[in-house]
Amino acid sequence: MQQRPPGAPRDAGAVPRAKAHAFSALLHRSPRLRLAALLTAPAGWLVLVYIAALAALLITAFWTVDTFTGEVSTVWTTENIVTVLTDPVYQRITLRTLWIAVAVTVIDMILALPIAFFIAKVASARWEKLLVVAVLMPLWASYLVKAYAWRNVLAEGGLLEWLGAPIGLSSPGYGETAVILTLSYIWLPYMILPIYAGFDRVPDSLLEASGDLGAKPLTTMRLVMLPLLVPSIIAGTIFTFSLSLGDYITAQIVGGTTQMLGTVVYANVGAANNLPFAAAVSLVPIAIIMFYLFIVRRTGALNNL
Amino acid sequence: MTETLAAGTSTGTDEVPAIRLRKLTKVFGDTVAVNAVDLDIRHGEFFSMLGPSGSGKTTVLRLIAGFELPTSGTIELEGKDVTAKAPFQRDVNTVFQDYALFPHMSLVDNVAYGLRVRGMPGNQRRERAREALDRVQLGKFVGRKPAQLSGGQRQRVALARALVVEPKVLLLDEPLGALDLKLRQQMQVELKELQRSLGITFIFVTHDQEEALTMSDRIGVFNNGSIEQIGTAHEIYERPGDIFVANFVGTSNIFDAGQAQSVYGRAEPLCIRPERLRVAWAGEPERRAGVTSRSGSVTSFVYVGHATQVRVQLDGGPAVVALVPEKLPGSDAELVNRPVTVSWDDDAVVWLPAHGS
Repeated sequence: MQQRPPGAPRDAGAVPRAKAHAFSALLHRSPRLRLAALLTAPAGWLVLVYIAALAALLITAFWTVDTFTGEVSTVWTTENIVTVLTDPVYQRITLRTLWIAVAVTVIDMILALPIAFFIAKVASARWEKLLVVAVLMPLWASYLVKAYAWRNVLAEGGLLEWLGAPIGLSSPGYGETAVILTLSYIWLPYMILPIYAGFDRVPDSLLEASGDLGAKPLTTMRLVMLPLLVPSIIAGTIFTFSLSLGDYITAQIVGGTTQMLGTVVYANVGAANNLPFAAAVSLVPIAIIMFYLFIVRRTGALNNL
Repeated sequence: MTETLAAGTSTGTDEVPAIRLRKLTKVFGDTVAVNAVDLDIRHGEFFSMLGPSGSGKTTVLRLIAGFELPTSGTIELEGKDVTAKAPFQRDVNTVFQDYALFPHMSLVDNVAYGLRVRGMPGNQRRERAREALDRVQLGKFVGRKPAQLSGGQRQRVALARALVVEPKVLLLDEPLGALDLKLRQQMQVELKELQRSLGITFIFVTHDQEEALTMSDRIGVFNNGSIEQIGTAHEIYERPGDIFVANFVGTSNIFDAGQAQSVYGRAEPLCIRPERLRVAWAGEPERRAGVTSRSGSVTSFVYVGHATQVRVQLDGGPAVVALVPEKLPGSDAELVNRPVTVSWDDDAVVWLPAHGS
């Protein structure tokens, strides 16, 4: 490196110096300004759009609809909430929705554990990447397309019937079982990904150390793998459970006459034009999920979302 | 080479070795990681496997532990063939490079883990684990989680966890690699003392030749999946078996076949250690029987505290490094390019057979 005498013209090959930039320098000096510039837009979005919308929903649930004009009247009442909680019809729908969400979550968990284990710990590095892409692939397709695809699979004379016929099985037809099957399919990637990430985070040396100390593979699974995976599994269940709880499209497409909380909300917003009652119904899954999150908060699973 | 290998593979008595490897080979894809290794490790021995990264030493350790299965060859543990056995069926335990402590368990549960999976009742195994932690001076931390410990403390926990199940052989995979120098030297001494008091066979993998020299009863030097030489620290350092060992263990001044020919009239590479070279600053050669002198000129200096490494370009020979313990007769600037004479005793010369001979 040759030193350039002061005042000599810069030759073409010289490395350009960084330009002075007053604003960047100001940001560098002031951490608060930096933070403000970074967070103003997202914080504004969060408060205005997200929290405000939820608050509006909560308030609407305590209003009524003028049965004559169909307009929402801002008269305070707990009638909507009481109806949702006490009417046997809505109780049954709530329990059915809860059952569907739990069933979907359990099925996805049982399917995802071995798949995620294979991807993270057995497959070669090349296959690992390919398989992660393969798991993500269905997410690129529209939800509606996937639901309608299952409608075809489940249809009379559809794929499932054709496959099941030789072993005496028939399609469950459109109904609760169909909703569970379809939702399990649609939400499966959301269960596989956190569990895969969880398996991936467990160093191989921990599994080797366990075997080295005398543990058989199943013992290693039980004493080392599962305790370390619990947060990831719970992260997955939060996705599948809450997504299933709020679903209404799949129920409409493959559910036949099956009513879920989501379909009730949809019917009340649309055909029945009873927005306050729809808001009251939609508070039920929100309350259930809040309760679930409260329980699992202690496991540290929320750090893995 | 053949002499040292023979010394490494036969114990001289009928005693069954702790570990016996025969034609052990491991192939990953196109790479031969371990190539037909024969090795006997004696009972109660501190054996180091020394070599650069990728030389196959860690793979041999993992083969002995059972984490990998060999492509061919056999592994015997105290005379019994364990080649196809799973890790949990082998009476060897490993201290991992990253310690591999279970993050969700307290120290006492970590150490008791091996006893737990063997079915020892709770109180008894925790009692043993506490004793083991006491032995490594961590008795007051039994309730802590591994994340709350320093690197050196984790290392001790890993050691206690492996030793509490009383293995026949303890495998250590560069366990001191992550520690700073002071702690490392302290742990070297402690490990050596622990091994002596327990009488368990230790197999220690390291790429640090100084560590291997200070701790080991015997050292196996690995290169390209094979063992180049087996011997005591003294043998490895003083009588390196080939150019690789001479270069890898300590600093060596190597004369190639042609340069050796011009000095000694024998066309084979030779090696002299820097501390065996003497520098005569006035340039006068030593004229005694059994001493060889060559003139040259000084090119550079490296001050290393207890001595100075003086680099001299010999006339018609290689550039050599001499370790000069006494004070130099002038500043670096005055001495550079000065014509000097380098002398050495002929019995300091080690002849190195070329590879494959």
